[in-house]
Amino acid sequence: MTVKTQFPEHAMHTTHIRKDKSQIVINIITYVLVTIFCIMCILPFWMIIASSFATEDSIRRSGFTLWPSDFSTFSYELLFRSPDQMIGAYAVTVGLTLVGTVIGLFLVAMTGYALQRKDFPYRNGIMFYIYFTSLFSAGLVPFYLLIVQYLNLRDSYFAILLPLLMSPWLIVLMKNFVKAIPHEITESGKIDGAGDFKIFVALILPNLKPALATIGLFLALSYWNEWYYSSLFLTTKVEYRPLQYHLYNVINKVASLKNSVAGSNVVITDLPGETLKMATAVIATGPIILLYPFVQKYFVAGLTVGAVKG
Amino acid sequence: MQKAASQKVVNYRKPSVGRTLVQNRTLIFMCLPAILFFLVFSYLPMPGAYIAFTNFQYNKGIFASPFVGLKNFQFLFISGQLGLLLKNTVLYNLAFIIVGNFLQLTFAILLNEVACKGYKKTAQSIMFLPYFISDVLVSLLVYNLINYDYGFISHLVTSLGGTMPKVYQNAGAWPFIIVLVHLWKSTGYGTVVYFAAITGMDSSMMEAAQIDGANAWQRIRYITLPTLKPTVIILFLFAIGGILKGNFGLFYNLVGNNSMLFKTTDIIETYVYRSMMNSFNFSQSSAVGLFQSVVGFFIVLGANAFVKRLDPDYALF
Repeated sequence: MTVKTQFPEHAMHTTHIRKDKSQIVINIITYVLVTIFCIMCILPFWMIIASSFATEDSIRRSGFTLWPSDFSTFSYELLFRSPDQMIGAYAVTVGLTLVGTVIGLFLVAMTGYALQRKDFPYRNGIMFYIYFTSLFSAGLVPFYLLIVQYLNLRDSYFAILLPLLMSPWLIVLMKNFVKAIPHEITESGKIDGAGDFKIFVALILPNLKPALATIGLFLALSYWNEWYYSSLFLTTKVEYRPLQYHLYNVINKVASLKNSVAGSNVVITDLPGETLKMATAVIATGPIILLYPFVQKYFVAGLTVGAVKG
Repeated sequence: MQKAASQKVVNYRKPSVGRTLVQNRTLIFMCLPAILFFLVFSYLPMPGAYIAFTNFQYNKGIFASPFVGLKNFQFLFISGQLGLLLKNTVLYNLAFIIVGNFLQLTFAILLNEVACKGYKKTAQSIMFLPYFISDVLVSLLVYNLINYDYGFISHLVTSLGGTMPKVYQNAGAWPFIIVLVHLWKSTGYGTVVYFAAITGMDSSMMEAAQIDGANAWQRIRYITLPTLKPTVIILFLFAIGGILKGNFGLFYNLVGNNSMLFKTTDIIETYVYRSMMNSFNFSQSSAVGLFQSVVGFFIVLGANAFVKRLDPDYALF
C-alpha cells in the first residue's frame, strides 16, 4: 500500500523539477483564461446583490453597476413590510423540496438496487421499460391534458411534486453507485434469512451514503429551481407559488409586483421596480448560493460516476 | 449426499413463470413505484399523441374530437413554420455542441496541467456555480447586463462613446446572446466531466513521456487528446442524438413572449409551449411535438448504432 502511494508522489516530484518552458507557458495561459472565466461566472451574481442595495434613482441615472453609488436597503424593507408572498413561497418550496427529495430518493434507491441485482430475472426488461421513456415521449400536450383533464391536478401542488420524483437518468446513476457495493453483502443478508426489502433497508442503504447525498442533491436542486411545472399547472387561483415561479412573476409581470407589496402604503408609481426585482432574486436564490460551497463536491462525485455511462 | 444431488437437479430445471414471479415478488414490489410512475407520466400520455391528428375541442376531450388526418402537419409544413423551428433548433444545438465541447475540453486539459491543487478545486467549483441557478435567475442576470435603459454593458458602451442597440428589439443579436449564455451556464459542468475522464487516465504513459523529454504541448497532443478521443466521440454522438431537443427553460426565460425575436430564437419546445398555453392551439402544438419525438427517436437510434460500432460497451442498448 505504501509503495503504491509513494510512486505517484515521487513522479509528481519530478514534474516539479522538470518544469520546461512549455509547461510555464501553459500554466500562464491556464491561469489567465480560467481566472477570467471564473470572474465571469461570479460577476453577474455580484451585480444582482449590488443592484438590490442601490436606489431606484441611481439605477435610472447610471444603470446597474458593480458598486451601488448610494447604498439603500429600501427594496428589502418593502419586501419585509408585507412578507406574506415571500414567506408563502418559501414555505411551498421548502415543503416541496423536503417531501419530494425524501420520497424520490427512497424510490430511486430502491429501484436502483433491485435493478442492479444480478439474480433478478426481470431487471433488463424493467430497465428498458424505464429507459425507453427518455428516448420517446408523447410530447407536452398529451402530458398536460393527462394532468389537467384526467388526473385533475390543476392548481394542486401534486402536479409539481409527482413529475419530479424520479427520472431514468437518476435511476441509471443510482444503479452505477449500487454496483460499487459488493454482492457479498446481499448474500450475507440472505444467509441470515433477511428478505430483499430488509436487506435493502438494513444493509444497502447505510452503505449508499455518498450516492444518496449526490442524488438527493440533484433532486433537491430540481425542486428548488422548479418553475416549469408551476407555470403549466398553477393558475392565479393558487395563493402561494414556489419561489422561482414567484420570482418569474415578479420579473415578468407588474401585477404580481403590486400584489407582493400590497398594503405597504407605497404609491404604485413610486415602486422601486428594478431594485425590488433584484432583492426578490437575492432572497429566492440566497440559500442555494450559501449552501453551494458545502454541497458541490457531491455533485462533482455524481458527474464523475455518471460520466462513465449514463 | 443423494438428497443434495437431487436438489441440484431441481435447481437446474427452468422454473415456471408463476414460480419466478412469486420468488421475485419482493424485488418486483420494490420496482413497482417506478413502474407505476413511468406508466402514468410517460406511457399513459402516449395514446394521447392522437390529438395531433384531430381538430381538438377541449370540452370533448382527445378521443371524441373530430379526426382530420394529416391536416395539422400539412399546415405546419406549408406555412414554413416547421422548417423555421427545425432550422433554429438544429443550428442552436450544433453551436452548443461544437463550441461547448471545444471550451470544455480546453478548460479540462488546461486545468489538468496546473500543479496547484487548491487552484484546480476552486476553479472547478466556481465554474460549476452557474449550473446551480434556475433559468429564471439567468434571465434576470442577462437583463441586468444588456437591457437598453439600465444594463451594465449598455452603460459601458455609451460611456465609451458607442451606441448600444436595443437588444430586446433586435432579433439578429440573439443567437450570439443565447449561445454565450448557454456556454456560461454549461461549460463548468462539461469541464468537470472531461476533467474526471482525464484524471481517470493511466498516468504511466504521461510519466514515460516526461522522462523522454516530451514538452507540455507534445504530451497534450500525443497523449491526453488521443486518450480522450473515445469519450469525446461518444459524448458528441449522444449530443447529436438529442439534436431536436431544446433547452426550453433557457430560451423561454430569455425570450419569453417577445415576438420580435421569434425569427431567430423560436425552437420546437418554445413553440409547443406557447401555442398550447397562449393560443390554446392544442392540435398544432402536439403535431410539432409528435414530429419532434418521432424524428428525434430515429436520430437517437442512429447515433446509438454509430456508438455501438465504435465501442459496444458505451452503447445505450
